[in-house]
Amino acid sequence: MATTEAAATTSPPVGDDVAIQILGMHKWYGNFHVLKNIDLTVYNGERIVICGPSGSGKSTLIRCINRLEEHQQGGIFVNGNELTGDLKGIDAIRREVGMVFQHFNLFPHLTVLENLTLAPIWVRKVPKAEAEEAAMSYLERVKIPEQALKFPGQLSGGQQQRVAIARSLCMNPKIMLFDEPTSALDPEMISEVLDVMVELAETGMTMLCVTHEMGFARKVANRIIFMDEGEIVEQNEPEEFFHNPKSERTKLFLSQILSH
Amino acid sequence: MTDNSFVRTESHPDLPPPVRHTGIIRWMRQNLFSSWFNTFLTISSLYLLYRIVPPFLEWAIFSADLSGSTYQDCTSGGACWAMVRVRFDQFMYGFFPTTERWRVDIGFLLLFATAIPLMIDGIPGKKYLAIFVFAIYPFVAFLLFHGGFGLEIVDTAQWGGLMLTLVLATVTIVVSLPLGILFALGRRSEMPIIRMICIGFIELWRGVPLITVLFMGSVMLPLFLPPGTNFDKILRTLIVMALFAAAYMAEVVRGGLQAIPKGQYEAAQAMGLSYWKTMGLIILPQALKIVIPGIVNTFIALFKDTTLVLVIGLLDFLSIIQSATTHKNWLGTSTEGYVFAAAVYWIFCFSMSRYSIRLERKLDTGHRN
Repeated sequence: MATTEAAATTSPPVGDDVAIQILGMHKWYGNFHVLKNIDLTVYNGERIVICGPSGSGKSTLIRCINRLEEHQQGGIFVNGNELTGDLKGIDAIRREVGMVFQHFNLFPHLTVLENLTLAPIWVRKVPKAEAEEAAMSYLERVKIPEQALKFPGQLSGGQQQRVAIARSLCMNPKIMLFDEPTSALDPEMISEVLDVMVELAETGMTMLCVTHEMGFARKVANRIIFMDEGEIVEQNEPEEFFHNPKSERTKLFLSQILSH
Repeated sequence: MTDNSFVRTESHPDLPPPVRHTGIIRWMRQNLFSSWFNTFLTISSLYLLYRIVPPFLEWAIFSADLSGSTYQDCTSGGACWAMVRVRFDQFMYGFFPTTERWRVDIGFLLLFATAIPLMIDGIPGKKYLAIFVFAIYPFVAFLLFHGGFGLEIVDTAQWGGLMLTLVLATVTIVVSLPLGILFALGRRSEMPIIRMICIGFIELWRGVPLITVLFMGSVMLPLFLPPGTNFDKILRTLIVMALFAAAYMAEVVRGGLQAIPKGQYEAAQAMGLSYWKTMGLIILPQALKIVIPGIVNTFIALFKDTTLVLVIGLLDFLSIIQSATTHKNWLGTSTEGYVFAAAVYWIFCFSMSRYSIRLERKLDTGHRN
């Protein structure tokens, strides 16, 4: 059952080491209760993998963290600031939280370089030359500096996703959210994206990753969260999670995805 | 036992295609004579062209009259272009005072000299050109056309001809696009009051014929204004036409906005871009690109709709030609008048259509994901 690390209060978390705190959070789509009483604390530098069957609410959960989805009850605190209806506050939080999407969502009318420099220039007011220099260094980190002047439509899926990761990093986020980053990729391109994510993990970035890549989870995660039907069913360290799952639902899920 | 395994050691070389599958013969076979019905259509079209084109050329060019000062001087049986030649200046300037017509020339030359480079690639200083065209030129044009600051005032009642048509079309086009974008954004707004105002505006203007709107603007609007206020007729027409066009433009732009995947909004939001930056930098550039054909379609329709101002007594290009052909000296030249009008309108509309195709090609950044 849900292991609660913080008492369910509405007071903001204290301590510098807490990156995200979710307290008694509920979300509904109309009458459908998608997220039920979520309690979760993520510490700085932690790498968390969220898995679960489709429709279990895992994407919705991380989309609540940068308020692409609105929650209706409970509290979400990012770097000590609560997510409320205040638009300025939301934009301030979004600047600190990067997100990588399943379908990349690069801007097709801009070149790769322009995709990377857009937010630094317009949101962080970084001078253009400086933003471009930073962008090139991130493109080198994801190993595609030679594609800088191409348009996203000219790149392969794996390259597009690496550009998307570099684009998020250009904002110097404190937290990175990954929403099934490899699910839309052809099989031979998955590893190039996972390699970049592993390298990112080694830099100490706080990461929340919704994924079905259990090899990646085992290698990188500090903690694995299993969700089903809108609840956090189980969370544990990777070793324990894979070898000694507690709940029946986890066992069933693991047997389904690890059987082949 | 046979060995089923096979490994190709060298690639098959490219061969030229068979002769009957290339060249003009293949093209004619495929496009003109592919079936008996297609052959029939090809032959009847050729016959129709034979019956139409040579007589038209005979009328319009070979036996046409260019000189003369009344219809009676046109004796060779072809088109009487003398009418167009004699009335040409009036067709261009309406009743603009002859001594002041250089102002109109300069006004339009200035517009063409600055707006056309703006549409051509690789011309430096476009930023300043754009600032001039959109921020400074309107005032310069007003000064030139209307007068003031030492220039003789020309009452708008004296405006007419192609000059009036171009003023109406340019102002309406330039005002309706940004206004239409705002209404399209408003119609998709999450704020109920703004959304309802925009829906109400769009549906009201779209639901009423342009002629009705023009009559309302020219006849009824003054009734509601306090007595003594004289609100320029052409200004009223411009406002009414711009609002009318904006309503149509809003729906065209909304079509483009709906075609943008939700992920684009989310990616922009996730990086902390505000609403206006998301729209201005991410959504609108893509949405407008998609609806270029629709936008230009609206522009072309608008350009031709300017002819409707004749119902409220403005002498635009078409109506000034009409009035020339009903003058006693030129009775019988209405065909010439309409052919000339059609040719001029066609040149403008066709140029817009070609430019839109070029723009689409230029903005095409490859397959979308």
